[in-house]
Amino acid sequence: MKKNIIAVAMIIAIMGMILPASVFAADKPKYAIVFKNTGNPYGEKQLEGFKVGIEEQGYEAILRAPELPTAEAQIQIIEQLIAQRVAAICIVGNDYDALQPVLTKASKAGIKVFSLDSSVNPASRLTHVNQADSEKIGQTLIKAASDMAGGKGEIAILSATSQASNQNIWIDFMKKELAKPQYANIKLVKIAYGDDLRDKSVSETEALLRSYPNLKVIIAPTTVGIAAAAKVVTDKKLVGKVLITGLGLPSEMAEYIDNGACPYMFLWNPIDVGYLGAYTGVALVTGKIKGAVGDKFSAGRLGNYTITKAPDGGTEVLLGPPFKFDKTNIADWKKVY
Amino acid sequence: MSERTIQTERPWSLKNFFFQWEWFLVGLFVIINIINSFLSPYYFTADTFLSTPMNFLDKAFLVYPMMMIIVLGNIDVSVGSIIALSSVIMAVSYNAGLAMPAAMVLCLLVSTLCGFINGFLQAKFKELSSTIVTISTQIIYRGIAYIILEDKASGKFPSWFSFLGWGYVGEIPFIMIVFIIFTVLFAILIHRTRFGRQLFAMGNNSTACRYSGIKTENMLILVSTIMGFMAGITALFLTSRMGSTRPNVASGYELDVIAMVVLGGVSTSGGKGRISGPLLAIFIIGFLNYGLGLFNISAQVLLIIVGILLIVSVMLQNLRLGKQGQKSGAKPR
Repeated sequence: MKKNIIAVAMIIAIMGMILPASVFAADKPKYAIVFKNTGNPYGEKQLEGFKVGIEEQGYEAILRAPELPTAEAQIQIIEQLIAQRVAAICIVGNDYDALQPVLTKASKAGIKVFSLDSSVNPASRLTHVNQADSEKIGQTLIKAASDMAGGKGEIAILSATSQASNQNIWIDFMKKELAKPQYANIKLVKIAYGDDLRDKSVSETEALLRSYPNLKVIIAPTTVGIAAAAKVVTDKKLVGKVLITGLGLPSEMAEYIDNGACPYMFLWNPIDVGYLGAYTGVALVTGKIKGAVGDKFSAGRLGNYTITKAPDGGTEVLLGPPFKFDKTNIADWKKVY
Repeated sequence: MSERTIQTERPWSLKNFFFQWEWFLVGLFVIINIINSFLSPYYFTADTFLSTPMNFLDKAFLVYPMMMIIVLGNIDVSVGSIIALSSVIMAVSYNAGLAMPAAMVLCLLVSTLCGFINGFLQAKFKELSSTIVTISTQIIYRGIAYIILEDKASGKFPSWFSFLGWGYVGEIPFIMIVFIIFTVLFAILIHRTRFGRQLFAMGNNSTACRYSGIKTENMLILVSTIMGFMAGITALFLTSRMGSTRPNVASGYELDVIAMVVLGGVSTSGGKGRISGPLLAIFIIGFLNYGLGLFNISAQVLLIIVGILLIVSVMLQNLRLGKQGQKSGAKPR
C-alpha cells in the first residue's frame, strides 16, 4: 500500500511539472490554430506568425499540431479545443471532408471556424486564409518546370499527403496548365506523395528516380518534399541532370539553390500567412466580418484585405503573389525564414 | 495417506480486496479527472464524459482480444494494418457499387480472415514467434492496402453510415453502447467459460496443456481470429468517424492497445490478468490524453508521459507481486 502511495505521489509530481502557471492566468479569449503535424519548419513559421498576430491584439494563442498528419488526430485536438471554449479555431486541414462533423460541432458551440493554408470544405468553414492565388501557383510552377526541362521531357510531382487540399488544388491547376499547347512536349509521369514526412519524401524521390530514368524535373509543391528531393538529387550526384523546383523554405533550400540542384523556387512568407490568419480570426470573433464575399478588414502591418470567392465555392482571403527565390537573393532570405 | 486440496479461488479477505491493482487504477483515474477539472472549468459536464470516450472507444474494441493474446504470452502488432486493409476494402468495394451493408460485412470478413491467417501461421509454424508472424503480416496487410488504394483516400459513404461514429441513442453515444455489450461478452468469455480457463492455463504452461488434452493449436487460431474480427469492428467505427479512409489509418494503434492492456495489469509473460484492469486502463489513457490535450501539451510530450506511466506501472506491478509472493510463502511465479 505504501508503494501505491509513493506511486501516486510520483504521478502527481510528474503532472505537477507539466502544469505551467498559465492555468491561473486571467481568462482572455483564446484563439487556437491546429497545424497538420509537428516537426514541419514551414508550419512552425506559420504558428509563430499566428501567435504574434493574436498576442499583439491582446489575446491568447493556442498552438496545436498532432504528431502524425492525419485527420483522426486533428479531430481529437478539435474536440479538446471545443471543451476549452476557445473563441476561434483556425484549422490547417489534413483532410478536406473528414473534419466536417467535428468542425460543425465546434460551430454549433459558438466557435468561429476558419481554415488557413490547407482548406477544409466550404460547409465546415466561415472563410479560408490562402497564401496566394492557387491558379497562379499552378501556372508558375509548370512554367518553371518547362523552362528547366528546355520545353520537353518527363516531369514528376512530389506532393504532401494525397488528402492535403492546398496541394491538390495546385496540382489540379498544374494539370490544367499542362493541357495548353505550349506544354505539349512536357509529360507528367507520376504524382508521388511524401506525406510531408522526411523519410517518406526521400524514399518516394528515390523511387521516382529509379522508375523514370529520363526524368528531368521534379516539382515539389511542399517545403518538406522539396528539401527531401533536393537532398536526394545532391546525394546521388544527379545535380544538373534532374532539377528540382516547387515551394521551399529559403533557410532549408539555400544549400541546394547554391549547388544548382534547385535553380529557383517560390514561396510566400509563412509567418505572414499565420499573421493574416490571426487578424482574420479576431475580425470574425468581434463580428467585423462574417466571412462573406466583399467583407473588408485590416490586418495590422500587412494592410487591408477583402474576402473574395474561392475556386471551391467558399470564400477566401489571399495573402499575395508567390515570391521567387534564386541565387541572387537567397543569401539574404535564408536569414529571415 | 496425505490429501491436498487445491483451491481454485483465493479466500476473500479485506486485505486482499484492497491490495489489488485495480484500486491503483481507480485512484489514477480519479487523480486524472481532478487535474482535468482544474485545467478546464468546463470539464465536469455530462457532455465531457459522454462525448470524450467517442475519441478512444474505437481503439478500445481491440483491448479485450489483445488481452487474450497477451494472456497466452503472445503479442499481435498487426492489428493497425488489419484495420487499414479491411477499411480500405470496404471503401473501395462500396465505391465499386457494392451496397453499404454488404461492404460492411465484407470489412468484417476480411479482418476476420486476416486474424485467422495470423493464428494459422503461429499454430502451424511453431518455430515462429507471434512477434515475427505479426510483424510480417503487419507489413503485408498494410502493403496490400497501399496496393489497392495507393496513397489516395476513398469514402463518400452514405450519410447514415456516420451514425456509427457520431450518433447518439438518446443521450448516450452509440459507440459506447456497443462497447458495453462487447465488455459484457468478453468478461463472460474470459472469466466464466471453459474457453477462458483454458486460455489462462495455456498462458501459464502451454506444453502441459497440450499433454492434458487442450487443443492448443485451435486455441491460438481462435484467439487470433477473434482479434481479427474485433479489428474489423474498430475499422467500421473508425471509418465512420473519419468519413473517409486511407491506407495509413490506424497506424500505431497496436502499441496504444498493448499499452492499455499492460497498464491494466495483464502480465506480458502470460497467464495473468483480469478484464477489469484493461477496462480501467482504456479510460485512464483516454482521459489522460484528453486532459493533456485540454492543456495544449504538444504531441511528443504526450507520448513521453504515457511511456513514463507505463514503465512506472509495470515496475510497481512487479514490486507488488514480489512482495505478495514472499508474504504468502508461495514461490514466485
